[in-house]
Amino acid sequence: MWNSKRLVLAHLWLAFAGFGAALPLGEWQMFIRSPLSAWISDPEWYYRSVTAHGTTMAYVFPTLVAMGFGYFVTEQALKRPLVGLRWAWLGFVLVVIGTIAAIVPVAMGLASVLYTFYPPLIGHPSYYIGVVLVVVGSWVWVALMSINMYRWKRDNPGAPVPFPMFATVAGSYLWAWTAVGAALELLFQIIPVALGLRDTIDAGLARVFFSWTLHAIVYFWLMPTYIAYYTIVPRAIGGRLFSDTMGRIAFILFLIVAMPIGIHHAFEDPQVGSGFKYLHSVFTAIVALPTFLTVFTICASVEIAGRLRGGTGVLGWLKALPWRNPVMLGAALSFVMLGFGGAGGLINMSYQLNATVHNTQWITGHFHLIFGGAIVIMYFVIAYDIWPHLTGRALDSFGLMRAQLWTWFVGMIVLTFPWHWVGILGMPRRMAFYDYTDPAIATQAASVTMSVVGGAILVLSGVLFFVVLVHGMTTQRVQPATYRFSVAVHPPRALPAALNGFGLWLGLMVALTIANYGFPIVHSLATPGTAVPAVKVGERW
Amino acid sequence: MTGERSASFRNPWFTASVGITVAIALVAAVVGFVWLPLAHPGERFKGVWDAICSAAGLVRNAPSGTQIVRADYPTTTVEIEPQMLQGASAESIGRGATLALRCTMCHGARGLSQADTPNLAGQYPVTIYKELVDFKTGARASAIMAPLVADLTDADMRDLAAYYAYLPRVTGSGSSAGEPPRIVASGAPLRGIAPCGACHGEVDSKASAAWLEGQPGIYLRTQIEAFATGARHNDIGEQMRNIARRMTAAEIAAASEFYADRP
Repeated sequence: MWNSKRLVLAHLWLAFAGFGAALPLGEWQMFIRSPLSAWISDPEWYYRSVTAHGTTMAYVFPTLVAMGFGYFVTEQALKRPLVGLRWAWLGFVLVVIGTIAAIVPVAMGLASVLYTFYPPLIGHPSYYIGVVLVVVGSWVWVALMSINMYRWKRDNPGAPVPFPMFATVAGSYLWAWTAVGAALELLFQIIPVALGLRDTIDAGLARVFFSWTLHAIVYFWLMPTYIAYYTIVPRAIGGRLFSDTMGRIAFILFLIVAMPIGIHHAFEDPQVGSGFKYLHSVFTAIVALPTFLTVFTICASVEIAGRLRGGTGVLGWLKALPWRNPVMLGAALSFVMLGFGGAGGLINMSYQLNATVHNTQWITGHFHLIFGGAIVIMYFVIAYDIWPHLTGRALDSFGLMRAQLWTWFVGMIVLTFPWHWVGILGMPRRMAFYDYTDPAIATQAASVTMSVVGGAILVLSGVLFFVVLVHGMTTQRVQPATYRFSVAVHPPRALPAALNGFGLWLGLMVALTIANYGFPIVHSLATPGTAVPAVKVGERW
Repeated sequence: MTGERSASFRNPWFTASVGITVAIALVAAVVGFVWLPLAHPGERFKGVWDAICSAAGLVRNAPSGTQIVRADYPTTTVEIEPQMLQGASAESIGRGATLALRCTMCHGARGLSQADTPNLAGQYPVTIYKELVDFKTGARASAIMAPLVADLTDADMRDLAAYYAYLPRVTGSGSSAGEPPRIVASGAPLRGIAPCGACHGEVDSKASAAWLEGQPGIYLRTQIEAFATGARHNDIGEQMRNIARRMTAAEIAAASEFYADRP
């Protein structure tokens, strides 16, 4: 079986290389707008850096991790070679070309529009075309995940699709539909303007399209993390997955309710009616359901491990857990960050509470805590867990791994908690310069400085991560045992069709998207006079 | 199990999932489109349908009786678009050169002023055109300029704009101004003042914002002061009046001197 080892390694190395390059940019941004640095006098450099950091961290890094991990899961869970290996390489090449095409104009200062595009700002067309290529490359992966699952089902009629594969396919479908919003925005609105075919753009409609992508993309980032919670953590600590069915339902719920909720990012936008904002708010609240299902199932699975290891009593099993195991440690730290980040998210999704934090540093703190914290720490854990199976060499620097995970956790908390705080005090986000000599914000100087320290700890942790991986290339060759995913307490023998396929759920996902987005989009399209002149960035007179 | 149809009302998974989803959506819709809008104390809806249309985001006219505030002075009539007046023909520039003979007394033979009036050589065509139109309509008041532009046609003003934009800019006339002052590079964020350089060059340039480098310092200062008092008001969005009002005298002097000493 095993013909995708190089493929998976290529994806993960490129993903982490991008991560490694973009990480110091984030810390530099934090530093130059803190009281520790004199003002650089040219905000363009700041926005250029933010664009590079965001584009790499949000599009390239998680997409490649999801793709690489997806190919890994496909072979290991279905226990047969990946179908379409050449297509997979083609997808990878598209992502590589797209990344280069996007990053070069950003580095040249021709596309400092931030990764969320912000029309009517318009940058160099190569930036947008590059992003489209990254997405197209990932759609090849979506197709391959689907094809592999359905071929397996065809060859194993009636058998339950292994849960890791089921979850991976759910993530791929989520991404396929999620990316459509930004794709529509890019192909029909932004790229024609960037190419000079039009010089006005309906920025309000563009924001609605982007909100279609912007929230569900977070769940796409989350998918590898959730798959790792369910399929790696219980096995790695010697436990069992509490419920296979619960896992399937959680992923199905993510598929349905992650999509039609993005307008809560546009609560302050005048072009969307309050009724639709309310509708999106309600469905955003329902995302708590699969999240709580997951928290319950994983905690129960971990408790099983604790009790199997001899833990007794109400909390005694916690002490019996293998805390020195990086997977256990990473998952626990991830859960803590998910808890804080999720609590903050409840504030963002509420129309009234959001008004106090909208467009403040609170938001930057929130998505760094969820994505950079809870999600990315599990990307590290995934890498640590599967690396020996990819390289054939032992990854044995456990002390370094623990130090890396702890520093990532501490760094992320020290970075994001002060961000939340200054956000509540009203500090706006997306600004390059803050005048801390002004008495109005002088008291925020200490909090901002703490964030710089947090960022520095994160950079240190990033360095440790690469030390672990590079050290893993020098250790002795081993013959790793067959890779195993978690086994459920009650492995499924037969499943209803609804829990073994996606037809019904994809139908619901599309129907809900149309219900929640159809009218705002059609209304924007049908309303005359909504286009505004494009503002080209990077052109100097 | 195989052959089981998932999209069928006989499948309990289908019935339950679709039923629950539709129920949640319906309840949310009734609350979001009917109940909440009607419960809002500030709104005056004509009925349920009116409330639903409002919540759906339909563009509605302002309630009757709403006062529309209009300025009690002439406002600019020029609508500026990107790429406006770009790519002028040689004929247009030539006509502009002929028309410009009447401007040379103050603005210099080649658009470089010796009299503390603006240097027009190399100015953006949109800026020249807009100011000419504003002098003509009275949106910008000047006892000197008003009679000079009174008989200019729209084509004349476009030709003049093309001619002055075509002339080479002033170079090396001033001493090097060094690092831009704080107000030019960073503005004053807490007073809502954007950096001068964000629109007028040095950091970035925006359509309709004038090229300021090498302009006479006293002209720049008097214009900022005129914006601050409202004596000059041809910035239709009040962007310059709002900025100038909040600038300190020291900042006005620093910005004026910096741009006057450039390039």
